Amino acid sequence: MNSAANLQLWVDDALKAFAASKDLEQLKIERIAHFGDKSPLSLASRSLGSLPANERAGAGKLIGDAKAKVSQALVERTAALEAQRDERTLKEEKVDISLRTFRHRVGALHPLTLLKNEINDFFIAQGYGVAEGPELEAEWLNFDALNMPSDHPARSMQDTFFIEPEQAHLVLRTHTSPVQIRTMLEQKPPIYIICPGRTFRADELDATHTPVFNQVEGLVVDKGISMAHLKGTLDLFAQKMFGGEVKTRLRPSYFPFTEPSAEVDVFFNGRWIEWGGCGMVNPKVLIACGIDPVEYSGFAFGMGLERTLMVRHGITDMHDIVEGDIRFSQAFGGGI
Amino acid sequence: MRVPLSWLKEFAEIPVDISPDEIAIAFVRVGFEVEGIEQTGEGILGPIVVGIVKAIDEITEFKKPIRWVELDCGEGASRFVVCGARNFTVGDYVVVSLPGAVLPGGFTISKRETYGKTSEGMICSSRELGLSQEHDGILVLPEGCAMPGEDVISLLKVEDVIFDIAVNPDRGYALSIRGMAREIAASLGTSFQDPISTIEVKGIPSTGNGVAISIDDPDAASIVYIRSLENFGPLSRTPIWMSRKIEKCGMRSISLAVDITNYVMLELGQPLHAFDTAKINGSLHIRRAGSSKTLKTLDGQVRTLKSEDLVVADDEKPLALAGTMGGEHSEVNEFTTSISIEAARFNPVMIAKNAKSHRIPSEASKRLERGVDCNLAEFASARALELMMRLGGARHVGSHMSGELTQLPTIQFDPHYASVLTGADITREVVQSKLVLVGCSVENINQELWDVTPPSWRIDLQSPADLVEEVARMVGYDAIPSLLPPRQVSPGLTPAQLRLRNISAFLAHRGLVEVQTYPFVSLETMQLMGFSGDRAKSFRILNPMSNEAPLLRTHLIPGLLEVAERNVGRGNKDFALFEIGSIFRALGPDREFAAPGISARPSQEAKAAIFASVPDQPIHLGAVLVGKDEPESWQGKGREYVWNDAIELVTSILDANRIEWSIERSDFAPWHPGKCAEILVEEKVVAHAGELHPRIVSAYGLPERACAAVLNLSALPNSTLVKVAQFGTMPVAVQDVALVVDANVPASRVEDSLRLGAGPLLESIRLFDRYDKIGEGKVSLAFTLTFRALDRTLTNSEVSLMREAAAAAAKEATGAEIRTA
Repeated sequence: MNSAANLQLWVDDALKAFAASKDLEQLKIERIAHFGDKSPLSLASRSLGSLPANERAGAGKLIGDAKAKVSQALVERTAALEAQRDERTLKEEKVDISLRTFRHRVGALHPLTLLKNEINDFFIAQGYGVAEGPELEAEWLNFDALNMPSDHPARSMQDTFFIEPEQAHLVLRTHTSPVQIRTMLEQKPPIYIICPGRTFRADELDATHTPVFNQVEGLVVDKGISMAHLKGTLDLFAQKMFGGEVKTRLRPSYFPFTEPSAEVDVFFNGRWIEWGGCGMVNPKVLIACGIDPVEYSGFAFGMGLERTLMVRHGITDMHDIVEGDIRFSQAFGGGI
Repeated sequence: MRVPLSWLKEFAEIPVDISPDEIAIAFVRVGFEVEGIEQTGEGILGPIVVGIVKAIDEITEFKKPIRWVELDCGEGASRFVVCGARNFTVGDYVVVSLPGAVLPGGFTISKRETYGKTSEGMICSSRELGLSQEHDGILVLPEGCAMPGEDVISLLKVEDVIFDIAVNPDRGYALSIRGMAREIAASLGTSFQDPISTIEVKGIPSTGNGVAISIDDPDAASIVYIRSLENFGPLSRTPIWMSRKIEKCGMRSISLAVDITNYVMLELGQPLHAFDTAKINGSLHIRRAGSSKTLKTLDGQVRTLKSEDLVVADDEKPLALAGTMGGEHSEVNEFTTSISIEAARFNPVMIAKNAKSHRIPSEASKRLERGVDCNLAEFASARALELMMRLGGARHVGSHMSGELTQLPTIQFDPHYASVLTGADITREVVQSKLVLVGCSVENINQELWDVTPPSWRIDLQSPADLVEEVARMVGYDAIPSLLPPRQVSPGLTPAQLRLRNISAFLAHRGLVEVQTYPFVSLETMQLMGFSGDRAKSFRILNPMSNEAPLLRTHLIPGLLEVAERNVGRGNKDFALFEIGSIFRALGPDREFAAPGISARPSQEAKAAIFASVPDQPIHLGAVLVGKDEPESWQGKGREYVWNDAIELVTSILDANRIEWSIERSDFAPWHPGKCAEILVEEKVVAHAGELHPRIVSAYGLPERACAAVLNLSALPNSTLVKVAQFGTMPVAVQDVALVVDANVPASRVEDSLRLGAGPLLESIRLFDRYDKIGEGKVSLAFTLTFRALDRTLTNSEVSLMREAAAAAAKEATGAEIRTA
């Protein structure tokens, strides 16, 4: 009989059985028993058609309500048991998160490249452009135009690599100053450039020397440029390189291409360190490049990147910088 | 230059309370770098006294001969000491440290038993006293130089401070005590007494005429003095005060005549040469060597003369390489009684050439090539004459000169320029006083432009800027303010610079480590690589670091292989390297050009010729991949680098820069002939990549199958702006097609033909399987084709048609058949 009491009993049984199911397998069995095709509820539902028409509506509603209750309970219990199962599975999938992967090779830029980029960016922010030029260079651009005629003592002072045949007058540039000359020959003032690049001098490789090294030079040619501007620029540059506490000192010196000339020292880690050379562009150099020294003046400076790197990072042996041992570059990682 | 403080004090007032460090700072302030401060006699303690050797008893019973020496140390009774040196005899004056004395290095002298005797002190060598590095026996003092028992510490001026100062090449005058005293007095603001002010040059009594001299080549010297003397006592000993000063300056005391020339050079800065007058035939001439062939210099070497060498000759032959080294023939020796002292102001360039071509960097040439005080020869030669007369008993025979005094050109100088160029506010009064301080004469100070004439020792002062430097260094560079120039708008990095930076970063993120190698290679390496054509055309360095690597690199791979070998040698088996740098190929003809002067901007033609003389130096990227990309680990066997990893590096860079490329098989050294690709852009080869030749891999001891790539970055076109195609959002349709094709047909050609045949709705294509075991010289290639339309979902029949069209196109282009089995 499809009495209301029976319906209530079947519903209660189903709900009880679902609640007692410990896992999804048991729930499946209970679902078939209480809600499957052969369950009393389903049978009752199917027998509705045999009822007289005037009873059909009332009985249908009762059975529908009962099925809805059971279905609801089934959904809820399924969700609860699924959540339980998932939680268990994820716990079982726990790994040792300290295991490292070796699938991704660690590359690195050479610290000289990182330093060069840092310097380039600093000067770009100061309004400079970055000028570059060839490493194998015309003697005239490397020496003559820089007020170093062929008999100049400074020309023999630098141990220059000369290239065969001698009549071609080619040298491996001893500084990046020929880039300054090229720029002044091609461009009208105001000129604000830095010239990073590889340079060459015939020094044996030892702890502090290398025949192939990198320089960054700066050149400013504009109206009213004075040594005070040189000093201010170097102060800021030194702070960028060595930190805000660093002190600088200019010492009178001699270069054929600057007048007055100076060495710039930085006081870093408790001692004075020679950092580079600088000065006011010698009017003879301006004239050689077609710039009127009455209207324009300029300053120039030059530093070794290797030296800067060694001082800043406490590198004591040049071999580390030039040998290409990957551990050296990797130590600097992606940044500096 | 080594500069003793005691000698400086003779001409410069040095405050008593100033420390050596403060003096050094004062030198640095005016541009003289102090490379070292040596405090001689530090820690030395008496009694150290003069002793006269009374008797020597040779003791021979021990392994080495020993002397038992009786000394008069002014104590009344004799003192006995044991001594191992043998370079002294009875009557010699020696230095004796008595018990209680302390020598440099904390060595305390005490009475001690040795060789069966009681030694009551020690006879000292120069080195034991810290005077010099001489250690050929003990120090023998000139006879009668002091009383026995006299304190040696003060007699020998043992305690001193010696500054080792680097002198810039434009300051020849400063290679002297006179120059250094002037500088330190100026820096300290104290008084300076010029040593030449007390030298008598006129009216020196003479006994005859003396040797004459002439400047035959007017460019060779501006002025020369020759002073002849006779009756010089060849065995006269150099007084202690003189030998000590010479030693403190780092030179050796040799003989009185030589010591006097060196002493005057150190004191005043004028190199002198002493000839044995008896060896001079006729008069002296300053001339070019011309047809004279050889000269035996006093170091015993026979020098082959070049015709342009500058010599001092007599009427017959060259006697000395001018300003550089004397000849052996006319050298002053222990029998010389007649001497001619030459003091010349030679042409610095000619002396530099003399010294360079004969490789004699002497103390004299070092000064003369930097430029000696133009008008010093008269004083320096007189000073030497006076010393020879006083110390060697000589008489003046006669003096001659040739040439004339130099008046350096006057510079028109606007005093305001000092403030303009330095950025410091320097008054006219200060400018004037500083110029006078360095020796300039300043005239017309009421005019806008002053007439400033540099002193005869400042040949480096030639322009207003030179004068500004003098004012600035005397005012002090510290007085210059620190300002920034007017801020410009930066052009930023150029597109090429930016591309280079991005490529480097890309490679580093891909696991490659950047290196910088020397661009020097050997001919053997070039041959080992198998370079031919352009890559065999290298530039040769005239003066290479090593004769083993005299060539400039034409390719980046050799340098990278060397570094790879080093890393393998240090235990690293899996790594990848890259380098970005210039390569050098001697392709064009040598372009000679006439070097223009620098008194004006070169003409357009001259400038173009200079630029054209410099060869193109393209920037290449090179990479070497060694061992495993992914190493063996707990996660598995890892993965070896293979040939197409190298190719993919290149193509990824091109893709990232939106540069279209194509790929062809290549056979290019030093790659594996079957595993080398060339990559073309705009129909020009820009890169080679693949596996390295096994011969090369083994020559460098690398793990098998190492790979490499080289890309000519300079040959790449500029990147175009990014243009984004429309993305479809409709569902994709995926179709696979497996084709059997002749093994010689590149997969890329099959892929290209499929793409072409599939039509515009093909979104992507990927080779997902390649099977080469089917035989008959065939391979099976299986591709996944992905189709998408922008406006609709594709139907199965549409997709099938496109797949068939693709396969048909592949068949037509490459003979590929659809795989049936």
